[in-house]
Amino acid sequence: MATVASKLYSDDVSLLVLLLDTNPLFWSNRSTTFSQFLSHVLAFLNAVLGLNQLNRVVVIATGYCSCDYIYDSSLTLSGNSESGRTGMPALFGSLLEKLEDFIDKDEELIKEQEHDERIASSLLSGSLSMALCYIQRIFRSGHLHPQPRILCLQGSPDGPEQYVAVMNSIFSAQRLMVPIDSCYIGTQNSAFLQQASYITGGVHHAPKQLDGLFQFLTTIFATDLHTRSFVQLPKPVGVDFRASCFCHKKTIDMGYVCSVCLSIFCEHHKKCSTCGSVFGQSKLDGASTVSDKKRKAPDS
Amino acid sequence: MSNQRKRPNGEREEDDEEDDAEGIGQWERAYVDDRSWEALQEDESGLLRPIDTSAIYHAQYRRRLRMLSAAAAGTRIQKGLIRYLYIVIDFSRAAAETDFRPSRMAIMAKHVEAFIREFFDQNPLSQIGLVSIKNGIAHTLTDLGGSPESHIQALMGKLEAAGDSSLQNALELVHEHLNQIPSYGHREVLILYSALSTSDPGDIMETIQKCKKSRLRCSVIGLSAEMFICKHLCQETGGLYSVAVDEVHLKDLLLEHAPPPPAIAEFAISNLIKMGFPQRAAEGSMAICSCHKEVKIGAGYTCPRCKARVCELPTECTICGLTLVSSPHLARSYHHLFPIAPFDEVPTLTSANDPRRKLGKSCFGCQQSLLGAGNKPGPCVTCRKCKHYFCLDCDIYIHESLHNCPGCESIHRPKSVSLMEE
Repeated sequence: MATVASKLYSDDVSLLVLLLDTNPLFWSNRSTTFSQFLSHVLAFLNAVLGLNQLNRVVVIATGYCSCDYIYDSSLTLSGNSESGRTGMPALFGSLLEKLEDFIDKDEELIKEQEHDERIASSLLSGSLSMALCYIQRIFRSGHLHPQPRILCLQGSPDGPEQYVAVMNSIFSAQRLMVPIDSCYIGTQNSAFLQQASYITGGVHHAPKQLDGLFQFLTTIFATDLHTRSFVQLPKPVGVDFRASCFCHKKTIDMGYVCSVCLSIFCEHHKKCSTCGSVFGQSKLDGASTVSDKKRKAPDS
Repeated sequence: MSNQRKRPNGEREEDDEEDDAEGIGQWERAYVDDRSWEALQEDESGLLRPIDTSAIYHAQYRRRLRMLSAAAAGTRIQKGLIRYLYIVIDFSRAAAETDFRPSRMAIMAKHVEAFIREFFDQNPLSQIGLVSIKNGIAHTLTDLGGSPESHIQALMGKLEAAGDSSLQNALELVHEHLNQIPSYGHREVLILYSALSTSDPGDIMETIQKCKKSRLRCSVIGLSAEMFICKHLCQETGGLYSVAVDEVHLKDLLLEHAPPPPAIAEFAISNLIKMGFPQRAAEGSMAICSCHKEVKIGAGYTCPRCKARVCELPTECTICGLTLVSSPHLARSYHHLFPIAPFDEVPTLTSANDPRRKLGKSCFGCQQSLLGAGNKPGPCVTCRKCKHYFCLDCDIYIHESLHNCPGCESIHRPKSVSLMEE
C-alpha cells in the first residue's frame, strides 16, 4: 500500500497556491472585466487539476483590505455535489460563492475607510504569508506531499509599505525551496514580483494582452517543477531591485543606508530612526569613500 | 561494507570499534573515518539523498530566537552589520594530526564551510576572505567577497598540510588586505590555529601593535593547546581566544563568531552610506561591463547613477564610485529590526462564549482545525494586534522563519488596525 502511494507521488504531483488579485480599485478601470479574467483562471485551475489526479489547488484572494482562503481542492472533493446557484460545475461552485462573499466584504471594508491618496495596492504580503503557512502545513503532513509552488496573479501596483513583509515572505519561501511564480497583468512593472520570482527561482511573466491569458497560464505556469528543467520558459527581462525607504515608503533606486542596522532612507538624516545611532557628517558620500581609501593607502 | 556488518548489533559495535580500527585495511579506514553513510538518507521514493540541512536550520532558528528576545528585552541593539572578515586557516604540519577525526584539517574545512554559510546568512552585506598558512608562508586563497560558494570551492581545493606555521606572516598579509576597506566596516580576523609554535621572520609584537592600530579585531580558535602569543594577540586587539576540546566544541566556538558583534563606537563610525540598488539586466542582453572592460552577454547590473554596467554585486561603481548593493541582501536582516511580538497563548475555555466559536475554528495561517480531540478547542495562540488565532506549528514557523504575522499583513494599514479592535 505504501509503495503504491509513493509510486503515485514519485510522479510530479504539485500543489498550486494561487494568489488571486481581487482588488476592486484595480479591476474597476480595466478594459478586461474581472469575470472575463476569472473564466481564464477557472479554466486554468481545471487544467491543473486534470494534469494529475493528486494535484491540489488552493486559492487565496488578495483584496485591498483583507485576504482570505476561497478554495481548497482537497476539501471540496469530498461530496458537496450540488452546483448551487451559480450554475457552474460543482468543483467551482463553492469557489465562486466564497469569492463573491469575499469581494462584498472587502468592498464594505473599503467604504468604511476614508479614501486616502495611497496607491491602490493589494495586500500581497498577507496572502503570501498565508500561502507559506499553508505550505508549511503540507510539509508537516508527512513524507508524501505534493510539490508546492505559489502563483501570484497580480495586477495592482506594489505597496511600498509592504516592502519588509514581502521580502520576509520571499526569504522564507526561498528557505523552504518554494518557487514563487508571478504573472503580472497590470500596467507598470512590479518590483516585488520580479524579485520574488528571481530569488525563489520561479517564473515571472507579464503578458501584454489579457485576451490570451489562458494560453499563457497553461503554457507557462501549469508546468510542474520537474518539467521545468526541460521546457523553455520565458527568461526574465531584467529584475527590478529597487527598495522602499523606511522614512517615506517611497520606492527608490538610490538612497542612504545606515551602516549599523542597514535601514534605507531616501534622504540624509542626522539620526537613524530605526536603531538610534547618531551619524557623523555626511562625509561618506560615494566619492569620499574613494578619497578615504586614498588617504589610507600610504600608511599601509 | 564494514559498517553494515557492524550495524545490526549496536551494543557490540562499541567494543568492536577498537579491534576493527586495527584490523581493517587502509582503504576501509578512510570510509570509517569519513562516516560518509551518515550523510545519506532515504527520500520518499527510497532513493539515497544527502541528508538535508534541517538540523542546521533548527540551530539557526534557536540562535535567531535568542537574538529576538534579546532585542525585545533591551531597547535597541546596535550591531556591526557590515563586517570584513578574514579567516586564516593554519595548514601547517600540525593540521595533519588525527586527534580530530579524520584529521584536524578535514574537520576545520568542514566547519569553516558551515560557518561561511551561516555567516552570510546573518551578515548580508559583509565579506569574507580566506588565507591559509603553509610552509611558513601565508597565501591568499580568496580575496574579500560576498559569495559563499567561491570561498568554499577555493577552500576545498587546497586541503593539504605541510611545513611550519607563521602567525606573523598571516597577520601581515591580512593587515595589508584589510587596510583597504572603508571606515564604516568592521575589520575582523578569525584564525584557526593548530600548530603549537610560530616561526616568524621578524618581531611579531610589532605586527600585533600594527593590527591594533588599524583596529583589526583578531580572534583565535586553537586546536591543540593555549599559546601565549595567541592570547596576547586577542587581548590586544579585543578579540576572543578559545581552544577547542573536541569537534562539537570547535563547531560551537566557530559559530559564536557568526552573529554580528555589538558595534563598538571606536571600531567603526556609524554613518549613512550612499548606496545604489541597480537593476539586473535582461538575460541575453549584450553590454560592455565597466569592471572587466569586456563584452558580456546577459546577467549584469546597471548603476542607477551613471548607468554603467557592472558584473557582480556588491561592488563599487568604477565610473562614479557609488556603492552598489543588491537590495534583497539588505532586506535579509530586516526581521532583526522589526521583530513580531510573541503571540499570546489562549487559555482553553470550554464555555459557550469561547471567542473561537465566533472567529471560526481554524488557524488563520494554515486553515488547520483548531479543535482538538472530541471537538474541544485545542491549544492555540493569538496575535495581540490582529486578534487572529494560530495553531502552534504556525506560531513557530511565523516567529522563526516567516517573521510576518499573516493576520496583521491581511489588514489594510494603518487605519484599519483600530477598526479591527472594536
